[in-house]
Amino acid sequence: MEESASVDSVESLCSSTTTRSDRSSGPKLSDTELRSKGRPIEKMYKDPSKGELPLLPVELVQESAKDVTYICPFIGPIRGSLTVTNYRLFFRCTDREPVFGLDLPLGVLSRVEKIGAATGRGDVSYGLACKDMRNLRFVHKEPDDSLKKSVFEVLMKFAFPVSNNMSLFAFEYKQVFPENGWKVYDPLAECKRQGLPNESWRISKLNDHYELCDSYPATLVVPVTITDDELRRVSSFRAKGRIPVLSWIHPESQAAVVRSSQPMVGQNGRRCKEDEKLLQAIMDANAQSHKLFIFDARPSVNAAANKMKGGGFESEDAYQNAELVFLDIHNIHVMRESLRKLKEVVYPNIEESHWLSNLESTHWLEHIKLILAGALRIADKVESGKTSVVVHCSDGWDRTAQLTSLALIMLDSHYRTIRGFQILVEKEWLSFGHRFQQRVGHGDKNHTDVDRSPIFLQFIDCVWQMTRQFPAAFEFNEYFLITILDHLYSCLFGTFLCNSEQQRLKEEIPKRTVSLWSFVNSQLEEFVNPLYVHYSSHVLFPTVGIRHLQLWVSYYIRWNPRMRPQEPVHQRYKELLAKRAELQKRVEELQREVSSRTASSSSERAGSPTRSITPVQTFV
Amino acid sequence: MLSLGSGGAKSSKPSFVSYVTPEEIKLEKDPQKKEKHPDLLPGEVVFCSANPILKYTQDDLSQRGVFGTLLCTNFRVAFISDDAPQEEMSKTFKNKLYGENDIPLMCVDHIYGVYDEKRKLITGGLVKNKCPSKMIIHCKDLRVFQFCLTFSKEEDAKRIFQGIAHHCLEEKSLKCVFAFSYLRSTNPDHGKSSRKCITRLDSKSEMLRKREAIMFDSPEDWTQEMKRTKAQCRLVTENENFELSQRLPQYFVIPSALGDLFNYQGKGLPIWCWSHHSGCALFKASFPSMTQEDGDFQSHLDTMITAVARNYLYSVKTEDLSESLPTLQDIQQSYNKFKQYFLIDNTTDFWLSDVKWFSSLESSGWLDIIRQCLQKAVEVVECLEKDNTNVLITEEEGTDLCCVISSLAQIMLDPYYRTLMGFQSLVQKEWVAGCHAFLDRCNHLHQKDKECHSPVFLLFLECVWQLVQQHSPAFQFSETYLTVLSDSVHVPIFSTFLFNSAHHRESVMKAESPIAQSRPLSCPTVWDWSVQFDSKAQNFFFNPLYSEKVKHERTVRRPHKHKHQRQLSLPSSAFKTPTKKGFFKDETDSLKKMLRVKRISRWMGSPDSPVVASKEFYESWQQRPLDYHGLLLPSLDGPSVRVWMQRYLRWIPEVHIMGGGSVAIMTKLMELLSQVEDLKRVLEQRDPSLATQPDHPPPLHHRLPSFGSSGRLSSSFPFTYSRNRSFKPIIPTGLMQSLMVADNLANQEDETS
Repeated sequence: MEESASVDSVESLCSSTTTRSDRSSGPKLSDTELRSKGRPIEKMYKDPSKGELPLLPVELVQESAKDVTYICPFIGPIRGSLTVTNYRLFFRCTDREPVFGLDLPLGVLSRVEKIGAATGRGDVSYGLACKDMRNLRFVHKEPDDSLKKSVFEVLMKFAFPVSNNMSLFAFEYKQVFPENGWKVYDPLAECKRQGLPNESWRISKLNDHYELCDSYPATLVVPVTITDDELRRVSSFRAKGRIPVLSWIHPESQAAVVRSSQPMVGQNGRRCKEDEKLLQAIMDANAQSHKLFIFDARPSVNAAANKMKGGGFESEDAYQNAELVFLDIHNIHVMRESLRKLKEVVYPNIEESHWLSNLESTHWLEHIKLILAGALRIADKVESGKTSVVVHCSDGWDRTAQLTSLALIMLDSHYRTIRGFQILVEKEWLSFGHRFQQRVGHGDKNHTDVDRSPIFLQFIDCVWQMTRQFPAAFEFNEYFLITILDHLYSCLFGTFLCNSEQQRLKEEIPKRTVSLWSFVNSQLEEFVNPLYVHYSSHVLFPTVGIRHLQLWVSYYIRWNPRMRPQEPVHQRYKELLAKRAELQKRVEELQREVSSRTASSSSERAGSPTRSITPVQTFV
Repeated sequence: MLSLGSGGAKSSKPSFVSYVTPEEIKLEKDPQKKEKHPDLLPGEVVFCSANPILKYTQDDLSQRGVFGTLLCTNFRVAFISDDAPQEEMSKTFKNKLYGENDIPLMCVDHIYGVYDEKRKLITGGLVKNKCPSKMIIHCKDLRVFQFCLTFSKEEDAKRIFQGIAHHCLEEKSLKCVFAFSYLRSTNPDHGKSSRKCITRLDSKSEMLRKREAIMFDSPEDWTQEMKRTKAQCRLVTENENFELSQRLPQYFVIPSALGDLFNYQGKGLPIWCWSHHSGCALFKASFPSMTQEDGDFQSHLDTMITAVARNYLYSVKTEDLSESLPTLQDIQQSYNKFKQYFLIDNTTDFWLSDVKWFSSLESSGWLDIIRQCLQKAVEVVECLEKDNTNVLITEEEGTDLCCVISSLAQIMLDPYYRTLMGFQSLVQKEWVAGCHAFLDRCNHLHQKDKECHSPVFLLFLECVWQLVQQHSPAFQFSETYLTVLSDSVHVPIFSTFLFNSAHHRESVMKAESPIAQSRPLSCPTVWDWSVQFDSKAQNFFFNPLYSEKVKHERTVRRPHKHKHQRQLSLPSSAFKTPTKKGFFKDETDSLKKMLRVKRISRWMGSPDSPVVASKEFYESWQQRPLDYHGLLLPSLDGPSVRVWMQRYLRWIPEVHIMGGGSVAIMTKLMELLSQVEDLKRVLEQRDPSLATQPDHPPPLHHRLPSFGSSGRLSSSFPFTYSRNRSFKPIIPTGLMQSLMVADNLANQEDETS
């Protein structure tokens, strides 16, 4: 007990990476072990004055300062040393028990700024606002400020390489993993899995060079009855040329999930007969239903307001047999504001007595509910109604991606596996041009950029909500989701760089960077949900009432040491698995022993009872 | 099998008036339809019935329902569907006393009548008015029933409505509670009852019961408990016949330093609850309000407190719970508000209330009361565990919040109380033998006097549930067990929850005994779970996550801290801060003063506020490795205190997760557990030396619930089963009202490019 206590105390209170500081999950790991687990391979940087820092192969220390105070909101000021590399920030305090450490990729920083210029003694104090729901504050105590200023400048430089005309660290990181994650998603293989092409749907080469639509993937699945010429005409009628194309097809009913951007109807109610024909063809491709549902993710007011800017929505006059449904999901600005409020409520301290009303006032879970409800309605129409659906918002790369990917998770158990989920992200988010660079703002110091928005985070949150409701339906665990979110910001991997497939090809991202999936798939055991049961063709209909939605404490409030996550079920399950393995081993041993005994007694050496475990022969 | 109405009732109660309609008499003769009638319990008689009554199915808006017969007996309101029962699944977790469409009379909370689309709360006065078209019954176990009365004959409808309203809402005497007619019919002394008894109150079940809980109704039980906790206190047997006080148990334990000082009806008498392995102990006492300037009484109290202090190192902390915790009325009001959010009449209401869910919860204050109780219990635990001082908690009666706090502290400190047997014994010790006024607090008799009603016991169960959900491997019992226990409070069969004190129970049972000279009626306790559930269903009470300790008896009292720390802490708590935390014997003259300022001083007087101090205590505990068989503390931060989903949401179809919820996990766990058990057995067979000791607990797989074949179970399993095979998702309605984004962000250009 004493031993485990001392090991546990090494665990740093506010360690920064996704260390699962959860004492209940799995064996106790020391600080460094925790870090190197679930973390790209690293070498140790040894410097007698600074102790050991686990550095990545091409990671270089840029600057370091001793005697820096970290103002920890949970345990108060801590003095230690600060090191900035070209990839991350280390803060270490070894004088205290337990050892305290911070270790965060510079990519999570959204803002670095000096606070309160002078405290009288020339102290430098600066705050770091992070994209992962925390703020850090450091103070240099020493009056001699030539060195400290440089730490600040180095931070500014390496935290925002794009603003400083430097390349992101992902382009330098050259770790080789056993598996190449860039090969996870093959559009044609995925089509084949879905049985495409078939008699109703064809694969179009029209966008091979991204001429039809620069934010769409090269591989498009469209109805066979629509010619490439017609598609070209449709593309001029849909915002950003994002024409209705197939995302998923039901293996039995042939009901399809189709995604697009808004039609450019405008105030005059423009029509496009090719577009109408395309939607009719989509409906006709599904013999089971003579109806088509168009899900517009926006609130109807906003959809109508878009007519002023040339956009709008399908009129039911022009599209016969189509029914339009608005899903009332708000835009990226509302979501950004909601997350900002949420951060205020959960970081650093939670006001106990008003926790629930504060949480409600952020509307975060209400947005989650609306997104899940939208996806649920889509999945219901496809599964229960056997009807094809078209999903769009304005441009079709934010809310549409959320809705289609969530509906696909509900409908298709393949996307609930680790690899299937990777394919889903590659397909619905990356290839269909969710603007990751813009929404996250990789390496860009312009933290007030109105294009930033936590759209992908919301999607992961929704997936997490579903994993809570269906604990045995997903192959991956919570740690997998948190890892994806951490590397959404870290800029260590190339996966979430750029805004579209075309840009990623132009930048040669697959050649010049490592995929997140290379890392993930090289240590799958870390990410596996031990309770997973694979049910094929098992549709999940989550409950979207706010009563069943929870704030994702182990993500949003993970920096608060009082809110340690608890995973007793997984823990217990793993224990049982180990126990079973142990017992199985003992049974086998006994079996061997018995057989060796019979062997020895048969050879009439009964005088010496063989207690040896060494098997003579195994009869099984 | 008993038939409806007259047949069962005639023998025992000839005065019974039957209201059987002609159709029913016809039905009765039809052998094929016989199973529709309820199996009346021994002593149960039907008051009235009506047919056809439409019971609305809750899970849709279309106002569809099932036709059947509605009955009111002296035990329950029952609805029997005309359709053939489509059970099969529901048999796994069936209550033997009442079915899913039965409401024990005690369980009825409110009745509403719908008159011309308007819902009116039925009170005594309204009963005489005309019959409503629809009757809505809200139950204390949070079920909601809606019956349409317009299809049956008007007089039948009126009679059943008035009958139900009368028997459920009117104040009644304890004698009329069903338990007594049940007992008269089941007790072996009562010769006439030859009908089938559901309980076998023979010596065999008596033995079984003994194993399920220590009753604390004998000196031996208390001696045993003192021995277990190594307490150095004195057992008092002088109250055997309630001569000292009727508000005290027959047997109880007091500090050994206390002489024979039983004045003031035992007021202020420190009753021992539990001893920490260090020697310090937890006591509780009733305290009259301090306004009386009775000098004698003051010195009486001084003596009491000194006696507590002398129990261990002359240190004591006292805490008047009635000052720092909500009053009984606060608790009652808060719960009344809280439960409304779960008594949902229809889908529209559900989605409307979903929008303001969090702020509604908060405004009820119920979760906050739970937090405060847990917080207080943590403070008590800190005194015992960290400071090693004796603790005396007090309140006016000493049997309400004292029970909550002392039981919670014991659960946190002593892993024994986290086993099923231990928990049941704890409830016996602190609540039942401890004279919690269950009858008044639960308002079983529908008394109009609102003062004394308060769901204190439920509050305790809520707090325990918080601990269970935060540290589930530490508990042998499951969430389902707690839910069932909370339901059982309203089943008028068990002696456990029917009385206000040990004296009350004793005297009533004597008076109600059919043969005056013979021994008092023997009444089943709730712990005899076989009365309600068969052994298969009882398996659901066990938590498959429980990490069992191999040897319970020896290791229970193992210290949780490092030895050297403990040794250091002993002298310091006794000598370093005596003025703040404790006092010496020769300081008795300052006692009076201390008592007077007690209201502002005590824990509040220490420089750190107790909340901050106990946060530190929690954090230092949290940094140590978690030992499920050691000290257990709850996290009390905002997101950690939650709604007891199973209890409150189990009947609401809109929140059932089809094919999800914890059932999915449990099934897998159970599978694996039984595999492990099988392997163990194989090992034991192969190698007899590995065979376990005779006191080895029964093989686990005998205690594990079977979930049947996969089936599509929902998150509310085992309480409800999916009726609609269509398996449709629940799509929220009225989303637009939900989100009022006031600022202009919503109107901004959607996406810039």
